[in-house]
Amino acid sequence: MEILLIIIIGLLHAGGLYMLLRRSMFKMIIGLILLGNGANLLIFLMGRLVKGHPPVIEDGLKVFTEIYADPLPQALVLTAIVIGFGLQSFAIILIKRVHRVLETDDLDELNSTDEEI
Amino acid sequence: MNNSLIVLPIVIQFLAGTVLLFFWLKTNTQKVLSGLFSAIALVISIWLFMLVWNQGIQVTQSGNWKAPFGISFVADVFGATMVLISSIAGFAVSIFSAGSMRKERLEFGYFPILHFLIMGLQGAFLTGDIFNLYVWFEVVIISSFVMMTLGGKRKQLEGAIKYVSLNLLASTLFLVGIAFIYGLTGSLNMADIAIKINDIQNRGVINVTAGLFLVAFGIKSAVFPMYFWLPASYHTPPAAVSAIFGGLLTKLGVYAIIRSFTLIFGGDEFMGIIMSAIAALTILSGGLGAMMHQNMGKIFGYLIICHIGFMMVGLGIFTELALMGTVFYLIHDIVVKTNLFMVSGVILKINGTQDIKELGGLYKNYPMLSLLMAIPLFSLVGIPPLSGFWAKIFWIQAGLETKEYILIGFIVLGSFLTLWVIAKMWGEVFWKPGEGLPKKANGIYFDQLSGADKWQWIFPVVFLSIISLYIGFAAENIIVLSQKIAGDLMNPTGYIESVLGIKLLMP
Amino acid sequence: MKSLIFRTASTYLLPLMLLFSIFILLRGHYLPGGGFVGGLMAAIAFLIHSFAFGLKETKEIIKINPGYLMPIGLVLAVGSGMVPLFVNDPFLTGLWFEEPFRFIGMVGSALFFDIGVYLVVIGATLTIMFSITESV
Repeated sequence: MEILLIIIIGLLHAGGLYMLLRRSMFKMIIGLILLGNGANLLIFLMGRLVKGHPPVIEDGLKVFTEIYADPLPQALVLTAIVIGFGLQSFAIILIKRVHRVLETDDLDELNSTDEEI
Repeated sequence: MNNSLIVLPIVIQFLAGTVLLFFWLKTNTQKVLSGLFSAIALVISIWLFMLVWNQGIQVTQSGNWKAPFGISFVADVFGATMVLISSIAGFAVSIFSAGSMRKERLEFGYFPILHFLIMGLQGAFLTGDIFNLYVWFEVVIISSFVMMTLGGKRKQLEGAIKYVSLNLLASTLFLVGIAFIYGLTGSLNMADIAIKINDIQNRGVINVTAGLFLVAFGIKSAVFPMYFWLPASYHTPPAAVSAIFGGLLTKLGVYAIIRSFTLIFGGDEFMGIIMSAIAALTILSGGLGAMMHQNMGKIFGYLIICHIGFMMVGLGIFTELALMGTVFYLIHDIVVKTNLFMVSGVILKINGTQDIKELGGLYKNYPMLSLLMAIPLFSLVGIPPLSGFWAKIFWIQAGLETKEYILIGFIVLGSFLTLWVIAKMWGEVFWKPGEGLPKKANGIYFDQLSGADKWQWIFPVVFLSIISLYIGFAAENIIVLSQKIAGDLMNPTGYIESVLGIKLLMP
Repeated sequence: MKSLIFRTASTYLLPLMLLFSIFILLRGHYLPGGGFVGGLMAAIAFLIHSFAFGLKETKEIIKINPGYLMPIGLVLAVGSGMVPLFVNDPFLTGLWFEEPFRFIGMVGSALFFDIGVYLVVIGATLTIMFSITESV
């Protein structure tokens, strides 16, 4: 299972980077979304995968007696997803506005702020 | 020392933001309330600073969860100082925005966003948890996105695309770094990580993680290979927004670098070399960029980069003296850069342009105002006894002690480039005769404003100039302060002990 | 959308989903659920309604501008976090009433925090979705 997740994370990062390097604004956002998902999965993986052991202390005991799933990565991933949702929806609205004002999707044409001295 | 009230600087900004949301469209009420809340926040942060200075590090464990499990808020001297300085800058910008912001922007909720942004900064300075730091970073950047794009002009949208995409990338890299840290140590509390990271044998992985953090914070603080978004975007929004961006946002990145590379990653030799190289190249590229531009906003943008390089020098040398210089410069730089962008806003209001070729005669027409503007400009250059000067002494002294002569050379070069740029600007804008220059016709200019409106433009500049004069002339106080901070940073035992509530065994 | 089936179903779905979202909100402390999920569900209920009948009718049902739900929710959430400060506990500590309430169960500051989150999520999601729909 870990191997599979690692491969997926690698693919997401590779795909994200590839999309970031394209010249289209739209593909750039897709790339950022893919990278974000890769990072979220990485956090999930870093909490170690455990199957069938909920992080619940059994009745009558004070501490965990056997291996248990780490609940923290899920909280972290949830937070990161929510933040990512906000940022990405903002970015999508932004590129829509930019596309309407500048009438181009090509990042290379967004250089008027760099050209003026 | 436990004290649950140290979250107050965050809460007051939050209250300010939400209360202002209820006054949507009532812009005059918003102006008054924003100034009021900023003043209260300033008082609270002075109180916090005095408390921490007199009684040592204050900690609160939110939700009453014990230290490595819950989110800790820590006010050490460094954090409290940053909270104080950012409240000062926030207060000035709030007043300046009341005078300078157009009504259309205010109606789209400029003031609530301003307070949410400062809340994010205060949270980032006070948190003791690395994932919480990420959350505060996001609060800051999403507020800054909104502030940057509120105008919706072509230039602003173009700048915003660069700014938004690079910052999203930085956040993702930060998240990956956090994932690695969590996988390595099983903890997110920075004090806890600081202990556990020493037990890890595989230093290679730690260096990779440190590299991820460096790139993530480096993009935010605009250091050498990752700075190009800053000059492309910082001059596009109005002066008040640029002031808060230039003064505080990049410094948040520097703060995060200083915090993580002293507390978590400690002075690693490999990282020291990289930091030195980054520092030198940042100074060079920022300085050269500032030389070739003629738009004041762009010049100040490049000067930000150049001076971020100065601060990185302290991390490259990594002795107590060098860090002292960095902390001193950080305090000075927030005040002065905020002030400079406001000055450029006032100049834009007077003449309708920021192109230094088209400006002139300012000294003849507004002698008192020009003298006022001279204070931040020459503080930036570091002409003794103004505030930019003292930090350089510490860096050069630290460089001589550790035989880092190349870095000293770059500091001198950077100071010289800054001097050259500011001298050129002073000559062009203030001393050049103003006759025969084009004057744009539309809009209300500075001399047409009423007295009270003028003071809304001038008061923040005066206020911050007085602060930077204080930093320069009462430098001994700030030196004592930065010495204490640098000592704490180099030896984080006190921080770790207060956060975790344990006694560390000294090796 | 013109489909009769969808329109008829959505009139029944709206109250059902809103009730279910409140159920999710209330059970959220120890069981799966909570303010965020509940809020999303309520927002989806309104969205389905707006797909079926158009934005204007949905806005008439909601009565107030969803944007105003955000500050109300934020004040509620942080206010409940600040209450422990007055009894000298750290920020966000859970304070609970001694006795459980009928139907609702144990009530504490965590519930008010969740209600705040619920309102913020509804407000934010609807604002985003409405502004996207209007700008298309």
